[in-house]
Amino acid sequence: MPEISMRVNGTDRTVRVENRTLLVHALRDGLRLTGTHVGCDTSQCGACTIHVDGAPVKACSMLAVEADGAEVETIEGQAMSDGSLNTIQQAFQDHHGLQCGFCTPGMVMATAALLRENPKPGDAEIRHALKGNICRCTGYQGIVNAILAASGQPVPAAMDSEPAPVAAE
Amino acid sequence: MLDGGIGTATKRREDVRFLMGRGKYTDDHTPAGTCYAAFARSDMAHGRIVSIDAAAAEGMPGVLAVFTGADFADVGSNPAGWLINSRDGTPMYEPKRPVLAHGKVRHVGDAYAAVIAETREQAMDAVEALEVEIEPLDAVVDMAAALADGDNRVHDDLPGNQCFDWGWIEDNREATAAAIEAAPHVTTLELVNNRLVPNAIEPRCSIGEYDPGTGDYKLTTTSQNPHLTRLLISAFVLGIPENKLTVIGPDVGGGFGSKIYHYGEEALVLSAAKRLGRPVKWTATRSEAFLTDAHGRDHVTRIELACETDGTFIAFRTETMANVGAYLSNFSTATPTFLHGTLMAGNYTVPNVYVNVKAVFTNTAPVDAYRGAGRPEATYSLERVIDKCARELGIDPIAIRRKNFIQPDQYPYASAAGLEYDSGNYDALMDVLERRADLAGFEGRRAESERRGKLRGLGINSYIEACGIAPSNLVGQLGSRVGLYDAATVRVNATGNISVMVGAHSHGQGHETAFPQIVADMLGVDPATIEIVHGDTSKIPFGMGTYGSRSLAVCGSAVHRATEKVIVKARKIAAHMMSVSADDVDFADGQFSVPGTNKFVAWGDVALKAYIPHDFPLEEIEPGLEETAFYDPANFTYPSGAYACEVEVDPETGVVDVVSMVAADDFGNVVNPLIVTGQVQGGLAQGIGQALLEQTTYDADGQLLSASYMDYAMPRADDLPTLVVDHSSVTECTHNPLGVKGCGEAGAIGSPPTVVNAVIDALARGGHDVAHIDMPLTPVRVWTALQQA
Amino acid sequence: MYDFDFANPATLDEAVAALGRGDAQALAGGQTYLPALRQRLAAPDTIVSLKRVEGLSDIEATVDTLRIGAMATHARIARETADRFPALSRLAGNIGDMAVRSRGTLGGSLANNDPSACYPAMALATGATIHTNARDIAAEDFFRGMFETALDDGEIITAVTVPVAQAAHYEKFVQRASRFALVGVFAARYPDGARVAVTGASSGGVFRWTEAEERLSDRFEASALDGLTIAPDDMIEDLHATKPYRAHLVSVMTRRAVEHA
Repeated sequence: MPEISMRVNGTDRTVRVENRTLLVHALRDGLRLTGTHVGCDTSQCGACTIHVDGAPVKACSMLAVEADGAEVETIEGQAMSDGSLNTIQQAFQDHHGLQCGFCTPGMVMATAALLRENPKPGDAEIRHALKGNICRCTGYQGIVNAILAASGQPVPAAMDSEPAPVAAE
Repeated sequence: MLDGGIGTATKRREDVRFLMGRGKYTDDHTPAGTCYAAFARSDMAHGRIVSIDAAAAEGMPGVLAVFTGADFADVGSNPAGWLINSRDGTPMYEPKRPVLAHGKVRHVGDAYAAVIAETREQAMDAVEALEVEIEPLDAVVDMAAALADGDNRVHDDLPGNQCFDWGWIEDNREATAAAIEAAPHVTTLELVNNRLVPNAIEPRCSIGEYDPGTGDYKLTTTSQNPHLTRLLISAFVLGIPENKLTVIGPDVGGGFGSKIYHYGEEALVLSAAKRLGRPVKWTATRSEAFLTDAHGRDHVTRIELACETDGTFIAFRTETMANVGAYLSNFSTATPTFLHGTLMAGNYTVPNVYVNVKAVFTNTAPVDAYRGAGRPEATYSLERVIDKCARELGIDPIAIRRKNFIQPDQYPYASAAGLEYDSGNYDALMDVLERRADLAGFEGRRAESERRGKLRGLGINSYIEACGIAPSNLVGQLGSRVGLYDAATVRVNATGNISVMVGAHSHGQGHETAFPQIVADMLGVDPATIEIVHGDTSKIPFGMGTYGSRSLAVCGSAVHRATEKVIVKARKIAAHMMSVSADDVDFADGQFSVPGTNKFVAWGDVALKAYIPHDFPLEEIEPGLEETAFYDPANFTYPSGAYACEVEVDPETGVVDVVSMVAADDFGNVVNPLIVTGQVQGGLAQGIGQALLEQTTYDADGQLLSASYMDYAMPRADDLPTLVVDHSSVTECTHNPLGVKGCGEAGAIGSPPTVVNAVIDALARGGHDVAHIDMPLTPVRVWTALQQA
Repeated sequence: MYDFDFANPATLDEAVAALGRGDAQALAGGQTYLPALRQRLAAPDTIVSLKRVEGLSDIEATVDTLRIGAMATHARIARETADRFPALSRLAGNIGDMAVRSRGTLGGSLANNDPSACYPAMALATGATIHTNARDIAAEDFFRGMFETALDDGEIITAVTVPVAQAAHYEKFVQRASRFALVGVFAARYPDGARVAVTGASSGGVFRWTEAEERLSDRFEASALDGLTIAPDDMIEDLHATKPYRAHLVSVMTRRAVEHA
């Protein structure tokens, strides 16, 4: 079985895989980084979105052996160095951008890629950019709001029956 | 209002672990020594199993065991939870639902064997090495044909494939027929409530473990209700004693109904774990999810609305065929009956309602409750036929609804479909809707759309649902084989912080944040000191789980009751500490005091005292501070709402664009508005998906054509408009201690007819006389309807 | 998926040699092929990755053409052709989604010739030339029906030369589930006339709509297409559309492509 080396979230890692092992399984089973999820088998749901050499990639649609020597970022490496949520993660919490949380790692990674390319995306641009990430829970409204907030833009006025969110306990 | 208590839009605490990739879903658990199961699934819809030769598969690398249906021939059947009787009094036909198919396969995806191997891929390799002979039989797919054909049988001893023929309320049958016969106007509509695949983004996954030293089993599984799963496995399927089986539903990635049910894969991994003495894991692929998760809806309906020429409703009559698939899933018989027929009076003072439902077996995946479960079918039929009626009579769609609304002074209101509504104010909801949706400005927006060549339409809908499922007494009379109460334990620890063990299961609903708000509000303590424990039968008292918009109304009420009991006991302790009678002690803002004196003790001191009872009068006060309550509601709750949607139709291509969606709902009191808004938005997306995108298609041979995301259109971010949600209009539930009604299913119930009504309106305003188009309103369907108009 | 040997050649010659051994399959971006492997729809002995092969990803501009390396990703094409050929840039930027675009390649898409893919319409409508390790193939001769191309076993696309149009637009009507083209039309105007290619519609795969081209060559305006329809007989009929609907969409998308060109 081949052994591959990757720099994962800033740390050099090696893992033994089969040729047929998908990158997502190398991360989940090999490195126990289970934050990257598998939601489909046709490369469409986006729950496994990670970054490889700075670009968003569906980890279910890349062989682990293809990632030999690559720089890989996953959801586990996104928080701030003090362990607190980064700007995007915090915005998702602030704007209720997640419910069951299963698509969330992919959403956060897709958002990071989007904001790198387009620091102030509009509503339509955000929705276009999220085409490859399916969420069954939120109706995407909280996610779109979170991305607007994370990019320093105003969020559509809160529903007037609803007070502004307060800090989590 | 306590800061952070009931009514506060507290951000969700569970988000932190999910956002950091530290949620622990079932597939994230891999106990030491885990081996993997893969299933051999039928690629034909209907066939007789002639032989299965596992010899070659057993010799494949890594293979540990092979199971077939024969291994489970003598164990029990996965049952239907509700016994429905037909109109003639005969009980429904209930086939055995085995762990693995035995004798016959009955739908594409039906598992007839399983291989356990060291790795998942090895197990899948070995499945392909099974030598199997299955004699193909004609597939039963179309419901009408299934009922008509006595020879072609899903279950060999059931000619005609009819599970039951149910009438509701049977005694109203004649009167309703007579009322329709005599009515000055009758609107008739035939429609299909399209079959849906739930598609929680986390596929199902189960891990079975067995400890030969103790005989204890453990099942970690993607479940919305671990206790119900344990009960089904223990009492019906495998006979494992409940006290030897722990079922854990850890973080679960969405359910929408599909993870309520017990599935054969769960029994298989438990059995395999015992035989092998190792943990056995199975994780569904998305393809397996499409083929084997219980689907939703799939009704074919004819509805008649009889009314006066001024639009006053006289009668509603519904004839429905409901597909139950090849086997009866656990709630499948309740969904088209008591969650559907009982809602067929809607929000209206109609005097006559009759519903007939024929449930039909077909060679397709089982069909069961999916977000809304029966109530979306009721609302869709009713609100579509009302819209058609309004159009025929030339009455404004809002006016015809307002004309027939039950009025606020009529509660409690006994509906003609057999339920007693406790509270509501439908005109108030419509008022909110008219304002929030700026209905006055519609004509200007329509003219602007027209200038761009688009047909703009406005769809209106009002709905009522029965939630907080359910009063055991009532559902028992209706055929339920279980009670539907819930339970909670509030444990105050010695240092004053609190653990609350709840029977509801959170898989996106935010219980870990919302339930502490209730307890904090009652105790006057910081919600941050309260933790929720759920999803583990070894840690929580009992629970019937999360579905039917019941968690807050039923389990939240149990939390309330248990907290009340804690307060009673704490008051006794405080009284003892202050040497006064408990009757003299006030409790407010986390402090016990004696009015008129300077005596007080703080919450934390009472908690500590409960565990250091050096001077307790033990015959009067036990040590400890922990209480459990089981709460069984007195009635369903009745959330209601008014929805508006605007669409633009491209007349050249038939493309429908939802440009606005506004939901005004009455959920009673709201504990966490942030979470409630999110729940409604999610439901709206699923409803818009049903209306426009989601199409589950079996061909005549029973092959599922829409079996992946390549062909089953899930709503994506760019399919949806800004979703406006308003839950400011409140009438409290009169019978639960929180005054709450439940919000989880509303969006999925209210939105489909709203969207379809809007499209029909758009076409009509464009001069196209199209009475109805069946969901999903795909471009080709809308375009084809335009060609034929 | 079934297991296989994995070859990761650094040069074209090594790649060609690896593909010559047994039942080998070239792997470009893998956005179609890996899902197929996952579902056990293919069982090659060897996968030959082209990612490491030098010189296959460059995009070079001449006066009137773009030469695009076969392994250029959709994302890179979208980024780097925006100035020279905005219609191509927009086409690439609307394929799949963000993550698919960072892996999927032009060469992979052309070699697969999915009847609903976008690039084949572009290649045909621009009169592109497909370069392989062995020869140059005109787009006209390259597409041979659904999932069929002129490529021989083991032949590798190295680059595609695309003549830049004076005006062009690709109008895509998406199939809402897969987000592939239910019908996609690439209309382009060149000094010697107009070219129109249609993907997604025909059971014969991507095709040129010559009647539309004749009218547009006279006058490259949407109104030139008035009254022009295409027969539904050869259209695809599936879950998502009927033959008449697809035929209708061909006309509508062609007109819209010209309007936006």
